[in-house]
Formats: sequence, structure tokens, C-alpha cells
Amino acid sequence: MVQQGLHSLRLGSGRLGLLATAAAICLAAPAHGQSGEPIKIGVIAEVQSIAGAATPGGAEIAADEINAKGGILGRKIEIVSYDNKSSSADSVRAFQRAVSEDKVSAVIASYISEVVLALEPWAARLKMPMITPGAASNEITKAIHNDYEKNKYTFHGYLTSAAQAQLVCDAAKDLLVDSLKFKSVAIMSEDAAWTKPLDVGYEACFPKAGMNVVEHIRFSPDTTDFTPIFNNIESKKPSAIVTGISHVGVQPTVQWKNQQVPIPMFGISAQALSPTFWNDTNGAADGIPSLAVATPDVAVTPKTKPFAQAFKAKFGRPPAYTGYTAYDDVYIITEAIQRAGSTDPDKMVAEMEKTDFEGTIGRIQFYGKDDQFTHGLKYGKGLITGLMLQWQDGKQTSVWPKEVAKGQLKFPNFVKVTTN
Amino acid sequence: MLALQILIDGFAISALYALGATGFTLIFGVSGVLNLSHGAIMVLAAVAAWAAGSVLHVNTYAGALIGVATALIAAIVTYFVVVQPIQRSTRIPNEEKEIFVLTGTLLWGIMIQELIAYFFTNNAKTVLPIIEGVVNILGVRTPRNEIFTAVVCCLVIALLWLLVNRTRTGKVVLAASMNPRGVTLLGFELTNIYIVVWAIYGILAGIAGVLLGMFLGVSSYSVGPLTASAFSIVVLGGLGSVSGSLIAAFVVGYLETLTAYLVSPAYRTIPALLLLVIVMYIRPQGLLGRR
Repeated sequence: MVQQGLHSLRLGSGRLGLLATAAAICLAAPAHGQSGEPIKIGVIAEVQSIAGAATPGGAEIAADEINAKGGILGRKIEIVSYDNKSSSADSVRAFQRAVSEDKVSAVIASYISEVVLALEPWAARLKMPMITPGAASNEITKAIHNDYEKNKYTFHGYLTSAAQAQLVCDAAKDLLVDSLKFKSVAIMSEDAAWTKPLDVGYEACFPKAGMNVVEHIRFSPDTTDFTPIFNNIESKKPSAIVTGISHVGVQPTVQWKNQQVPIPMFGISAQALSPTFWNDTNGAADGIPSLAVATPDVAVTPKTKPFAQAFKAKFGRPPAYTGYTAYDDVYIITEAIQRAGSTDPDKMVAEMEKTDFEGTIGRIQFYGKDDQFTHGLKYGKGLITGLMLQWQDGKQTSVWPKEVAKGQLKFPNFVKVTTN
Repeated sequence: MLALQILIDGFAISALYALGATGFTLIFGVSGVLNLSHGAIMVLAAVAAWAAGSVLHVNTYAGALIGVATALIAAIVTYFVVVQPIQRSTRIPNEEKEIFVLTGTLLWGIMIQELIAYFFTNNAKTVLPIIEGVVNILGVRTPRNEIFTAVVCCLVIALLWLLVNRTRTGKVVLAASMNPRGVTLLGFELTNIYIVVWAIYGILAGIAGVLLGMFLGVSSYSVGPLTASAFSIVVLGGLGSVSGSLIAAFVVGYLETLTAYLVSPAYRTIPALLLLVIVMYIRPQGLLGRR
């Protein structure tokens, strides 16, 4: 009896094993990718936030364009989106699912530095090419530089904090020092990974541009009442407040306006890059500038405006900055696959490093293995120059640099321009 | 100068806290329900007022009214969908009903929070102020709307006091909080009293939410902290004691403001929480609690 039982059990498990093998073969087939199977690209994004909501849309538009022209290597491009709810833990789970279940060939991930830094080791472990459309921290490229063989799968598809600080200072030199004779600034940044190197950059470059740093405040991203912060800054009498904010945006802007803080704002306010920011703040955005890489009305490259129009036609509103970069990222990835002739991660990485692509935000090239910011975006004349936009009468108007400026910097009535 | 600034700012935020906590404690006092969806209902009111203004383009007064009406409806729905079925259930033992109501309202609050994040993003929304501009009070630049906020909060709390102490409905509500069985023996339907209390609560939470949306702005992330702050104010003041909650709201409001100005905005909430712990040790029933 017992033996018979054992026997039938063994038989059973043998049959099961056969079945399982058959099933595995069937399931595994798409992963090896016959020519007809689509190439999947995962997009992990903060779909519920102002800045991240445009990411999957930008990627989809690029995929549609590529598919309309016949795809890559005879295969269609398919975008698989994951909402990470702005959480690192959710992002890591989404990344694992993208790789192991959905069998993606590359991942476009997040505008939050903390999230990208959490995913970077997973990209290394699972050998999955990953590019971020919007995170900024220098730490992302630093890890690639320090351990290239391990971390080479990560690419930084947005300006590093150091580059952003330098661009803000360049703009401040032209707009604030040379034109308005400003002499001092107060730095006001949210406490986050991306603002640490940003603030170091600000501290170093503002004095060089001709403005003293009279106060430096780092506040918690969950701050709701900014009155004490503005109050403190006002007592130091700076000519301008220079911001480094992304997780917050609406609240300091609205309180700045409601309390009529008489000091002009400058710097980076990532939420202000979103076209919805005017409505979100009930118009308090008027006079808020921010460093950007592209806006719907400026032809940064010949591709910028057509993309913004396509996005608006499809989603009913123009894209936030992560829309532009995610669109470019899909092209960077697919062209690398085209050149590599396969989705082999190491071959893809080698080809992505050779990227020389005119995207919506400028001409895109990556720094090499021996540069300080390995796999970071090269910036400067002829590459990515950035621009300064300002909200004026409900529109994002470009005010810097001269080549793309459509208007002049102007502040609301309650702001007093002083040359302290 | 700084002292006056703290005095003015602290008053506005304390008055808002008081308004938010009053409704919360009223429901507990009358029906023994700790409504953990409180923060969600406040945020819902603010987001509805924002949406009415910037999506439907109604004026600020109408927007604010829509916000308050939304909270009123949400409060009534909360009572009928979440609280009453648990209270009437014959399958949940009586002694476990409180914990079921706690869990039920908490989950309900999370559902509202996620819906707000889904439809309106998790970034902050601000309601357009009813009164624009600033006034200079002895050198302190104060937004007119901040004064308006404080005045409205005080007026509403005064009206609530009149309602509870000077009207027949109010007296029934008060009686129900003291002895529910006695009230039913006198021929009053408890359910009707509960509906009245939840309606009052909805209006209070709605006004507090809309005013907070004008004053500081709220996001779906504010749901947890708002529930927690109402909860700790009510516990500090003594569960179910309206006057205790009022005192506690001002203690917490001023303690936070003092910390934000004199120490750092980053440590804003810490001293108030420490105070709560200390009060729990030496006077567990709260400042004016009866039990």
C-alpha cells in the first residue's frame, strides 16, 4: 500500500515535472524574443505627482512614433508603466516585477533621487539598463564612476545637481547681477538627496557670480507653514531668495504671495515646470522663475515643439519636464538596441555610451568612464544649455538665455527690487 | 516684533486647530466614535473648494461653500456607510465595536486619501483666499485672510456653543452625551441625534478644511497628520470635553509656533507630542477629561 502510494506519488511528480517543463518552455519563449515579440521598456514613475505624471506619456509618444515607422529590429516597442506612489520600496518592487515577470529590456525610472539611488544597485544586480528622466543627485553618477563594472547599467538622463547649480548661477549673473545689480541671496532648499550637492554648488558659485550668500535654510519637505522661514529670510535682507525645491512647490509659492513677501524668487522650483502649476496655485505662480530644460513654446531643438504639441493632443495638456526627457530616453534606448542588434544588456550599455542624439532638450551625449560624472548628461554650448522660465500672466515665458528668451524677468507688485 | 508675529501667527493656527478638533470631540462625546477619517474629510473639503475654483471657475465664496457642502455630505455618508452598520451589526460583539469603528473609519479615510491622490495628484492644493491683501499690524505684515480665518473660527465656535447650550436640539445632543439610554427613554430617536451630530461635525470639519486650504494649503499627504493632530489635541484636552479641546488646541498651536520661530521649523511638532506624553503620565484623563 505504502509502496504503491509512493510509486504513484513519484509517477505523479514525474508527470508534474514534465508539465512544468512544458509550461516553462511556453512561458520562457517570449523572453527569448522571436522577431515578432515587442521590445518592452518599463517606466516607473510618480504618476500621482505634478512632476512625475508626464513620464509614462512622454515615453508612449516616442514608442508610438517608432512603431509607426516599423519599430526596431522588426519588433514593436511596448511601454509598461508602474506607479511607484513616490516610494522607494514600491519602486524596487516594480523594478523586480518589470525584470522578472514583464521581461522588459530597459527601465526609465523616477524623478526622485532617493528612488533612483535605491534602484541603482538593482540595475547592477539584475544587469538591467536603467535611465532616470528627472533625478538630479550627483551620487547617482558618482556610484557609476567609482564602480564602473558594477554600476554601468545606470544612466543619468537629467542634469546633475552640480550642473543645475552652475546653470542657475550663470542665469543669475546675467539676469540679477548685471541687469538688476543684486548683491546678495538667501538659499532656501528642501532637505533631500538632490539638494545636498545643489546647495554645495550654490554656496560656491553665487559669490563667484557676484552675490553674497547671507542666509542658508534647509527645511523639511513636509513643512506646511513657511511663515517662520520667510520671516527669518526677510530679516537678513537678501536681494533674492534662491530655491532648490521639488517635493514642495505649491505651498511656499502660495504663502509667498499671500503674505506678500517682498523678496523675488529665483532658482529651481520643479513643480513650477509643470503646466498645471498656475492652476494648482490659483495664479500665485505669477513671477516664479525656474531652471528648465524645455518648455512647450521654446524651440530648444526642432523636436521640442512638435513633441509638446503631440503630448497636448494626446493628453489634453502640455508635458511637465519629465515628459520631454522620458520621450528622449526611449529614443536613446531604442537606438542603442538598433545599433547593438540585440537587447543584450552589456551590448546596449556599450551603445548607449556612444549616444549622440538630438532630443527635445538639446543634443544628448553622456560623460565617459573616466569623467567625474560618468553616464551624466554633458551640458554646455551645443549640447544641453538649459533655460530659465518665469510664470507670467498664466504662461511659462522663457527669460534666459538671450537666444531663446521671449520676455524679460518681471516680478509681481508686492516684490521690492532692492540692491542689498 | 517677533513676539507679536508669534502671537498673531499662533492665534490663527490655534483657532484652526480648535475648529478642527471641536467636531472630532463632539462626535466622541455623543456617540463614543473616534472618527479616524477626520483628516481625509478636511482635505476633501479643501480639494473640493480648490477644484470648484480652478476647474469649474466659480467664485471664491461659492467655492468655499462647495467645499463645506462636500464635507457635510462626506460626514453623513461616513456615518451611514461605515459607522452605523458596525454599530447595528449583530455579528460583532458589543465590546469589540469600538475597535471595529476605529479600523473602519481609518480604512475609509485611506480610501478617500487615495482617491484624492488618484484624481488630483498628491501635490498640495490651495484654496483661493476670500480676502486678498495684507495689513500691517504694528509692523507685522499679516495677510487679511489670516485675520478672516481667526474670526471665522471664533464665530463658528461661538455659534456651536449657542447651539449646544441654548437650543432644544443642542440640549438633546448634550443629554445624549451624558446618558444615551435616558434620552431614548424620553422618546428621542438616538439615530436622529447621531445624524444631527454628524452633520454639525461635517460642517465644522468642512470649514476647518477650507480655511486650512486657504491659509497653508493641503495635499493627500496631510490626511494622516491632520487626523493625528486632532487626535492628540482631543486626548490632551480630555476625550469628549469640548472646552478641554479648545484649551488644548491653543496650547498645541502656540507651542508649535514658538518652536518653529525660536528653534527651527523642522522641529515644529515635537514639543507638543512630548507634552502629550507627559500629560498621559501625570493626568491620563487629559486636561479637562471626566473619565
